[in-house]
Amino acid sequence: MARMKFLCDADRCIECNACVTACKNEHEVPWGINRRRVVTLNDGKPGERSISMACMHCTDAPCAAVCPVNVFYTTADGVVLHSKDLCIGCGYCFYACPFGAPQYPKTTNFGSRGKMDKCTFCAGGPEADGSKEEYEKYGANRLAEGKLPLCAEMCSTKALLAGDGDMVAKIYKERVSRRGYGSGAWGWQTAYHESIAS
Amino acid sequence: MAKCSSQLLSHSRFIAVAVALALMVAFVTPSPVLAQQGGGPTAATSEQQLLNNLKGGVIAGQVSIPDKKSANLIHPAGRDWRTFHTVTLKWIGGIAILGMIALLVIFYLWRGTMRIEGGRSGRKIVRFNGFERFTHWLTASTFVVLGITGLNITFGRALILPWLGPEAFSAWSEWGKVAHNYLSFAFTLGVVLMFLMWIGQNFPTAADIKWLKMGGGMFSKGGEHAPAWKFNAGQKMLYWFVVLGGGVMIVSGFLLMFPFYGDLTVSGMELTQIVHGVVGVVFIALIVAHIYIGTLGMEGSFEAMGEGTVDMNWAKEHHPLWVEEEMQRGAEGGRTQPAE
Repeated sequence: MARMKFLCDADRCIECNACVTACKNEHEVPWGINRRRVVTLNDGKPGERSISMACMHCTDAPCAAVCPVNVFYTTADGVVLHSKDLCIGCGYCFYACPFGAPQYPKTTNFGSRGKMDKCTFCAGGPEADGSKEEYEKYGANRLAEGKLPLCAEMCSTKALLAGDGDMVAKIYKERVSRRGYGSGAWGWQTAYHESIAS
Repeated sequence: MAKCSSQLLSHSRFIAVAVALALMVAFVTPSPVLAQQGGGPTAATSEQQLLNNLKGGVIAGQVSIPDKKSANLIHPAGRDWRTFHTVTLKWIGGIAILGMIALLVIFYLWRGTMRIEGGRSGRKIVRFNGFERFTHWLTASTFVVLGITGLNITFGRALILPWLGPEAFSAWSEWGKVAHNYLSFAFTLGVVLMFLMWIGQNFPTAADIKWLKMGGGMFSKGGEHAPAWKFNAGQKMLYWFVVLGGGVMIVSGFLLMFPFYGDLTVSGMELTQIVHGVVGVVFIALIVAHIYIGTLGMEGSFEAMGEGTVDMNWAKEHHPLWVEEEMQRGAEGGRTQPAE
């Protein structure tokens, strides 16, 4: 069974934000919610690196552990999804997430937090695959159509890889050995408790 | 033979060049280095290294989108907070609240209800007026709802969800969160009023030292009663906890309700939640004891807040200095009432 993972090759990312735009457009993400973002470290200095970050779909996800109403579930592919119907907008998943993936609209009492929204690995939610309700709440379900996440598909340099973890790791290792350098699989230690062995 | 050797010679030159090239490639191409330090386009840093250097901070960079909080790439402290919330707080809360209940059960089994030793006199004295009772009950009733809905956030998933099922539990928790958020204002009003209303009678006095030395008279049947003015030392301690601890709960609660107010960071929010959780469960444990003593634990005490008047013998036994004070004021136009 495939275990889906993201890998952003920090040495290839050119901060074009195509992944951000693709995600926003595909799922009609409302204004103010950023499922995916590109963070640039050491901007303008030697050693500048950009990394595209969204939900890493962790093994033993911290968001799922702290949720008071248990809205998270992990699919057979290892994708961490949640139910917006059950979410009470308490914000705990954001505190626990090392990557800051959960996002909240500024709605409900005192405009503090509405239902949590986050990257779904283009795998929708608990509603029926491809249904209108699923699209309205969670966005497109590409995985059910046999496609991979749009952010990785749209990446202009193929820095962002998404798919079966072993496949993605293999591609990255080949890249690193061919070009001779690599910053490592960013986030993999924290998310999956493993690193790309060299 | 000569032909073989000349062929070998020409081949050998080729072989030599090939070997030399291979060796050059092997030496010049570096193996993927994942742990080099320093800048430069091909320098590499491993995730583990970065996390080791962090020591509780965050790795942040630049983003081109308006939400500047998203410039945080990773904050590992979320992992520690997760352990706190799923493990530590449950232990603290369990020990505080269940421990308190256990202590009260043991105390009740040993001491029973503390009776008015002289029996009821039939004469009453006014202890708390309408405004005092209103403030107390406003604070108390909101506290009960706040406490239950708050405990639901920490323990609900483990204790209640299996019984209610996901949809009902989410509906209950959502209502609980709304109630918790809105009632917080009423609770704040109650605490502020209580603080202002009773501060004059809650400063420590000499009687309090004696009261504490005698253990409040709780552990000795009969004999001399511990001295007290309107509030004894135990009540004063509760008062200050309600005011100060309640104040902490209110401030931390508002910060949690209006997230990242004043540019608070994620770590700041986590600390706020830790404070809110720990002080909250201690508060609940203390109030459980307070409810015990005001109802089952002591005969004649509930009516103080329930009706506002208490039996004279009860008052003389538990707040003798206050009774004297009231009687003197009574001699100048009083507050005592005969029984109806």
